[in-house]
Amino acid sequence: MTADAAVQLAELERKVEELGAGKQNKLAMVVFSGDLDKLLAAMIIATGAAAMGMKVVQFFTFWGTAALRKPEANVNGKDFMSKMFGWMLPKGRNQVKLSKMNMGGMGTAMMKGLMKKKNAPSLDQLFEIAAQLGVEIKVCEMSMDLMGFKHEEIIDYPNLEYVGVATFLAHAKESSNQLFI
Amino acid sequence: MSEHTVSKVLDLKGLPCPMPVVKISQEINSVGVGEVIEVHTTDPGSLSDFPAWAKTTGNEVLESEQGNGVIKIFVKRLK
Repeated sequence: MTADAAVQLAELERKVEELGAGKQNKLAMVVFSGDLDKLLAAMIIATGAAAMGMKVVQFFTFWGTAALRKPEANVNGKDFMSKMFGWMLPKGRNQVKLSKMNMGGMGTAMMKGLMKKKNAPSLDQLFEIAAQLGVEIKVCEMSMDLMGFKHEEIIDYPNLEYVGVATFLAHAKESSNQLFI
Repeated sequence: MSEHTVSKVLDLKGLPCPMPVVKISQEINSVGVGEVIEVHTTDPGSLSDFPAWAKTTGNEVLESEQGNGVIKIFVKRLK
């Protein structure tokens, strides 16, 4: 068998495998957590999957939505509870803390320092790479409503969309991989 | 070792996961089908990540070699 034929055969086998499963080469991920460590994992897996040629769709819900807030946004017209939530929850990805060993912010600061020293990509960089690689971000509309977040305080990101659970399930159903982080 | 005709050298030294696979996925189309990119990386995870990436994307890792703390990986674009 020539090298060309071998390549074609491998490609065909891969396609048949995909057809058999009825699934696309795609990752549907729920980003539920609003912790620095878990968000890092979510973004590294998302960008890695996109680099592997997978279509990637991330669904930000509950605490995860706070990581999508703009740091500077000051939104008017919120009721008392929304103001309280807005005040207590992190204003964007650079205010999130480690889920363990935060130690009043010291642990998080140390981790960020360590990441810089080791040249590990920050959340800012990972979001930028995700945008470049076409990772799609969907935001749970109900979480937004619960926390009292408004669309205008959410980051500018290409193709960001506000959706409900059915959209996630429709994507998950046709995806070869699903994750909940 | 490494008697490959290299079309491009990609210096990824100092970049940890997931940057090496992100970079190769962005750069692979800058060479023609059948051409080879020589990757220099200091991320030990790349030794297993590049073959995994190649298998999934339908490309080929011809050879990996280590020395002086730098890992060289020869990636051939197959499609």
